[in-house]
Amino acid sequence: MAGDNRKPLQPTQAESGLVELFAARRISGDNLPSLCAEAFEAFQAKGLPSRREEAWKYTDLRSLMRDVKPLATPPEPAAKELAREAGLLKETGFRRIVFVGGYFAPELSDLQDIEEGLSIGSLSEALATQDSFAASYLGKIYPAEDSAFALNTAFMSEGVVVRVRPGATIERPLHFVFVANATQPATYFLRSLVVVEKGARATFIESFEGADQCDYHVNAATEMVVGEEARVERIKISREGDQALHVSTLVATLAQNARLNDFALTIGGSLVRNQTFVKLEGRGAAANLRGANILAGKEHADSTLLLDHAVEGSESKALFKSVLDDDSQAVFQGKIRVRPAAQHTDARMMARALLLSGAAQAICKPELEIFADDVQCGHGSTVGALDQELKFYLMARGIAEADAVGLLVEAFIGETLDGIEHSSVRDHMTSLVAELNERK
Amino acid sequence: MTALLEIKDLRAEISGKQILNGYDLVVNAGEIHAIMGPNGSGKSTLSYVLSGRPGYEITGGQALLNGADLSEMTVDERAAAGLFLAFQYPLEVPGVPTMTFLRAALNSQRKKRGEEELSSPELLKRIREAAKVLGMDPEMLRRAVNVGFSGGEKKRAETLQMMLLEPKLCILDETDSGLDIDALKVVASGVNQMRSKDRGMIVITHYQRLLDYITPDVVHVQSAGRIVRTGGKELALELEATGYAQYQSEAA
Amino acid sequence: MAAVQETVEQVRRIGADQYKYGFVTDIESDLAPKGLSEDVIRFISAKKNEPEWMLDWRLDAYRRWLTMSEPTWALVNYPAIDYQDLYYYAAPKSTAGPKSLDEVDPELLRTYEKLGIPLHEREILAGVQRPDEEPGRRVAVDAVFDSVSVATTFKEELAKVGVIFMPISEALREHPELVRKYLGTVVPTSDNYFATLNSAVFSDGSFVYIPPGVRCPMELSTYFRINEKNTGQFERTLIIADKGAYVSYLEGCTAPKRDENQLHAAVVELVALDDAEIKYSTVQNWYPGDEEGRGGIYNFVTKRGDCRGANAKISWTQVETGSAITWKYPSCVLRGDNSRGEFYSIAISNGRQQVDSGTKMIHLGKGTSSRIISKGISAGRSSNAYRGLVSAHRKADGARNFTQCDSLLIGDACSAHTVPYMEAKNASCTFEHEATTSKISEDVLFYCMQRGLSQEDAIALVVNGFVHDVLQQLPMEFAVEAQKLISVSLEGSVG
Repeated sequence: MAGDNRKPLQPTQAESGLVELFAARRISGDNLPSLCAEAFEAFQAKGLPSRREEAWKYTDLRSLMRDVKPLATPPEPAAKELAREAGLLKETGFRRIVFVGGYFAPELSDLQDIEEGLSIGSLSEALATQDSFAASYLGKIYPAEDSAFALNTAFMSEGVVVRVRPGATIERPLHFVFVANATQPATYFLRSLVVVEKGARATFIESFEGADQCDYHVNAATEMVVGEEARVERIKISREGDQALHVSTLVATLAQNARLNDFALTIGGSLVRNQTFVKLEGRGAAANLRGANILAGKEHADSTLLLDHAVEGSESKALFKSVLDDDSQAVFQGKIRVRPAAQHTDARMMARALLLSGAAQAICKPELEIFADDVQCGHGSTVGALDQELKFYLMARGIAEADAVGLLVEAFIGETLDGIEHSSVRDHMTSLVAELNERK
Repeated sequence: MTALLEIKDLRAEISGKQILNGYDLVVNAGEIHAIMGPNGSGKSTLSYVLSGRPGYEITGGQALLNGADLSEMTVDERAAAGLFLAFQYPLEVPGVPTMTFLRAALNSQRKKRGEEELSSPELLKRIREAAKVLGMDPEMLRRAVNVGFSGGEKKRAETLQMMLLEPKLCILDETDSGLDIDALKVVASGVNQMRSKDRGMIVITHYQRLLDYITPDVVHVQSAGRIVRTGGKELALELEATGYAQYQSEAA
Repeated sequence: MAAVQETVEQVRRIGADQYKYGFVTDIESDLAPKGLSEDVIRFISAKKNEPEWMLDWRLDAYRRWLTMSEPTWALVNYPAIDYQDLYYYAAPKSTAGPKSLDEVDPELLRTYEKLGIPLHEREILAGVQRPDEEPGRRVAVDAVFDSVSVATTFKEELAKVGVIFMPISEALREHPELVRKYLGTVVPTSDNYFATLNSAVFSDGSFVYIPPGVRCPMELSTYFRINEKNTGQFERTLIIADKGAYVSYLEGCTAPKRDENQLHAAVVELVALDDAEIKYSTVQNWYPGDEEGRGGIYNFVTKRGDCRGANAKISWTQVETGSAITWKYPSCVLRGDNSRGEFYSIAISNGRQQVDSGTKMIHLGKGTSSRIISKGISAGRSSNAYRGLVSAHRKADGARNFTQCDSLLIGDACSAHTVPYMEAKNASCTFEHEATTSKISEDVLFYCMQRGLSQEDAIALVVNGFVHDVLQQLPMEFAVEAQKLISVSLEGSVG
């Protein structure tokens, strides 16, 4: 009975567009890795993900993505100038690696004094030189069966390749800045690879930003390997323009005693989908995933997680919060999978949504899929409105209504920010959220 | 005469780690023995080995209850034979009313001993009497076993179970931990009421203060998995004054 | 050896032998021709002397069914069902239709006695109702054997207060206007594959109507028995509680042990008008198949209640221990303002059983509330899934839901899944959801055994504690039966 026995659908305009786009890429692209062609075949077999697919039930990309924007062309100087002005977390002293309109911008990046044990390169270069290190990981870390990710693999052309060698501790956060080109509608396929080897430590920030009224699509993916005893902190920020469609995938594997501490903030974009596939494949591995969505207008944000516990004795925690105003919509889907071998798994998941408007919608689907008996797993979720008494209390102390709501929203979101371990990153993120929240 | 409990050169381990190293102890009916010792000296371990907690493996020597080898009995058989362990951290059993639990335990033990099951009114009467001694609200017994009980309430409930089950050998594992002085007195009065010439007790404690209320006949000092010194009740006072440091070094 | 490990071994050894309702009644049956076609539907309709509109309704459903495909989203696996290889109608030959109890085939009466369901009113009066008990303790029974109702007790007494309790086939003849008014209004003929199939071929089931302001003087109960080989059972139950009425309804089911799978695709519709309350309890104990997964019932059931009026209340309580596969989501549509829905469930799977069950609470009206307590226990090599939807629509101001679903795993070859969906489209709603999965703690078992309980008794005690919240919701007689059933279902692991 397994499988979908419904009739295949007619290709949509976007799907046909992608076929043409890929055909063009195949002709122009010299040395297109076979991986890309295989991924495109896998994509074509399923088409764009639709609500017929359980994992995309509430974000029907097939109907939401009406057309395909052309592949990005190198940005003109004007675009770069605009990008220079843009920038979240600019005055922080973090190491910025900047991409404008899908192209690496070395002149805007900080590549001085690279720490020992750290190497940073661009994906385009790795592909052009057929770099064996990158090739041994790309698309091989954790084969997530997802057609949006397959599409990213098929079209991957630019992004960051980072390697942190065994034992190295990179204190200064690396900030990958992806700025959309404000002067042309385009599709960006960004792909990064982060390999943190045994016992190493590093903090990464990926931020995505773009201008309003600019029609563009982002399909970003990061593949990450966290080696034995390694610790990685990753922050992802989506601050896309109001027309933008943004789909991003994180695929990560955690080896023995590895730790991943991940936080994703979404505060812009017409449609944002953050999907995270984490496989805990070493004993003692621990993943801590958090997310915050602050949405308004007709924004739609979807956070979908899979925490795949594959071996004995690993741990995961997830905490996701959404604040929804106007007609916005937040989707949370989190699945904890405990495979037969994964005895003594400890997994907890919590999702909360705060509805500020009568027309906002929160959808929540936390799943447990348990095949081992000696485990502690749980999830919880709540949906509700702002505590009116609390708001009244603040207002009775002389705080204006909007400020009172702002304070309560920040307090609600705060718990997700508190989990950021790098103290300077946490401070900057906390002020960033306060600032963006105020603007909203 | 057979001793109530006779432990001879007992050796035990947990996941391959030796925790009892040639333990010797004789407890006769009518006696109260206190076992004291520094943290980590394996005091609770002894109680778990005797009661048969899974994971605690006897690797040598013997422990005999009224001449019967404990290692040949399952946990519930040891209980029916008269061994009772008052847990340091009593477990919660959600959804099972304390009353139901007590009835099930008592009748299960009686059945194993070939005795008649107790009628409900008789059982109720006994429970009420014990609850009164311990100053427990009988309403509490409608609640699920230990669920939502405070630390003190849990210890009282353990004592209540002990009074009801009338064991031959009571092992009180750190019964004083987490109790304020008033609760301690109440629990002690319950224990003292159970003193009898047919019953033996082992009181495991880190501090002397419990022994102000439950007077032991013999005091042992345990260190590194065996008894290193034995004396009268004055030994407890001496320990209170000097601490355990000398025994820790002795063991090392 | 660790206590839980021993339990696991014991659970592995148990299988079909535990099922004590697995006997076959040797009785001659009237069968419809094998397979499904418009002619078979006409045959069923004619057998039941149905009005023309009913036949058209069935044929409509059948034609629609032909265009549908079987759902595949549930976490269950089974070989494709050959719908042409089934009998859609089977009736004991001797009963043309139940008239009075005296006319019922003694073989059938013996069957129900064996199942513990006495059908003699006198016996019930003498046996069940002890002098110190209030009369409300009596239970009226509708006994459905394969495709027909063979006996309904206490009909006259119920009629005195205006309660209608009879087989739906009879209601179609005697109260066509009532049936027509409500049938298919909660579960439309197009609802889903199995409900549509049921609409086309449903054979019998119970019909209940409680008039305005009446509190039904006794519990009503239907007992379903599948006997005939290769037969599907497609019963249809319709219960209407008019304004301010109250009824408590119980449902029980068993089937013989057979090597082939049998299909059971029932539809239950409940309608509660203003201030009415319906309490619906099920103890489902269809044959689960043997330990290798041979045989057993496919229980594909659509149950839905409609709180159509203000302050209406519908409560589902289910104890699911049987069936090879269970696919069942008793739901509430909370349409009336301040209406309330409840779902209490214990689902136990053992051997190779597969359960995908849960509920839907659809909040449409203002101030509606719902509560879901689900307890799943998986043992052996079974799989047990909770799937639930809670949604609050635009106008459901102040909607509230509380959901708790806990799973207990016994042994390392089974699995538990929890798939709750929450869709909040109203800012003033409050949804809370909690779920846990765990096993029976070794420490708790040790604690109980230290007090003298045998390992099996200790497990039984812990499991009963685990399901306690749900058992409390069952009428007393049913709770006792359910408790026994839970023990039997986990036999080897429990007492």
